[in-house]
Amino acid sequence: MNIYEQEKALLEGLAANEKDAIETIYRDNYTMIQSFIVKNNGYPEDARDIFQEAMIVLFEKAKLNSFVLSCQIKTYLYSVCRRLWLKKLQQKSKYYPAFEYLKETVPVEDELEEHEKQNADFSLMEKALAKIGEPCKSILEAYYIQKKSMPDIAETFGYTNADNAKTQKYKCLVRLKKIFFAQYKNGE
Amino acid sequence: MDDILLLDAIERYRNGEMSPQEITFFEELRKNNPDIDQLAAEHNFFLTELQNLSDIKSFKHSLNEVESKLENEGAITLKEAKAKTKIVYLWNRYRRTIAVAASIAGIVSILTASIVSMYSEQKKSAVLTPLVDHKINILETKVKQIENTLNDVPAGNKTIPAKPKFEANFRATGFLIDGNGYIITNAHVVDKARNIIVQNKKGEQFFAKSVYSNKLTDLAILKIDDTSFRKVINLPYTFPKYSPELGEHIFTLGYPREEVVYGEGYLSAKSGYFGDTTSYQISISVNPGNSGGPVINKNGEIIGIISSKETNADGVVFAIKSKNIYSALKDLKDDDSIKIPSTNSLKGLDRVKQIQKLEDFVYMIKGN
Repeated sequence: MNIYEQEKALLEGLAANEKDAIETIYRDNYTMIQSFIVKNNGYPEDARDIFQEAMIVLFEKAKLNSFVLSCQIKTYLYSVCRRLWLKKLQQKSKYYPAFEYLKETVPVEDELEEHEKQNADFSLMEKALAKIGEPCKSILEAYYIQKKSMPDIAETFGYTNADNAKTQKYKCLVRLKKIFFAQYKNGE
Repeated sequence: MDDILLLDAIERYRNGEMSPQEITFFEELRKNNPDIDQLAAEHNFFLTELQNLSDIKSFKHSLNEVESKLENEGAITLKEAKAKTKIVYLWNRYRRTIAVAASIAGIVSILTASIVSMYSEQKKSAVLTPLVDHKINILETKVKQIENTLNDVPAGNKTIPAKPKFEANFRATGFLIDGNGYIITNAHVVDKARNIIVQNKKGEQFFAKSVYSNKLTDLAILKIDDTSFRKVINLPYTFPKYSPELGEHIFTLGYPREEVVYGEGYLSAKSGYFGDTTSYQISISVNPGNSGGPVINKNGEIIGIISSKETNADGVVFAIKSKNIYSALKDLKDDDSIKIPSTNSLKGLDRVKQIQKLEDFVYMIKGN
């Protein structure tokens, strides 16, 4: 396997949420990112958050079928982390970073914009979930997020059968949708 | 209930749980019914968002698992405060701040140092007061002139040479080192003077010009450039062959006023201000106007020339060592050949007699 194939395999693994792939990427890149951030006025905790964020960006991209990484994973992660951290520094209105690795970066602004929009959507969804109240929230989370089967859910939540649970789930889903889209359209 | 059925259908379609017939039917339904199609599209988008949220959540979960695994292995360090690395960490984190602070500290100390040195520089020159009198008492001058006229006219023999009207703005002292009319005084006395007049005890005034001036040794030599000046054959004083001893009694004559003033004291130190080896420190009562006056020991030898006093201390006066006169003479142009007096006629005389013999050769230096 050449580097290109290795990286492709890693990205596929990442998209499938495989821990081995995540671990390899972590091992190869985390230390560099942490030292970059620590040298630029950050704490290791900041590095942790930034790196996770970058991993999520990469994950979102890897999930897209159309995605082809035009550079090494290392370069991509560094570019994303750098961008994210610069932004955070600017928000904190601290002075501009004095330290940079003299390595290649790729433009990631568009992706990050996309990523931010995605994040905003997620927080809308989570807010909506928080609003619909129990047991709707738990049922929907169990089904759509934790991917539990309907019979399991029926049992956990004390429904006599899976169909009842399913009906309940749909009622909840309709409400969630309403709240979500109401906020979504306000937010637009 | 229809809605729920529809939602169920959309979900099953998404999840690929439909049979081929159902798929065909469903797609047909969407194509023919825009409302249903829109609802389906909307729901699809919504479910995608939910799906993404789910993906991200499970991905974050994996990330955290991987992270804690690697942390346990020690492959990565998330905690900052490992004792060993803390300093390095703090250094890395605050390096820039430290650099900025250090430069500020540097700049401040340099500034402070320069300000301090500037002030002490000023102080240094301020504590040394050249003993030139710039506040000439005009009334006193007039009185003296009238007095001289009154004294002299009845005698009928002497007349004060008529001089052009001359307003002096400084007054100091000097003394002859050569009977041909060479007077030694301080460089700071005549430095800025355009016109110089020397006046003896009798009130006779002569024009003089500066023929030598050395700011470093603070010595100047004037030459009386006036036809009415009569040469002096023998100057009564000499210069010492040996360097004087501490505690030696000394005296001076000078013109802190319009009249010659006597003062006496002793040699305090063999060096001057700030260890200046070209001067002595003497203890004597002097005032502005005494600059350039001779410092004479009991044998009538001139050991120095009064130049300045320390402003903030009492009786701390500095006199240029008379040795410096020799080097001044060497520097002088050849055509001004000066013969330093070699016969001392003051030795052994009492002080009053010494003064009487001396005072004619101590001049008031005036100028503007």
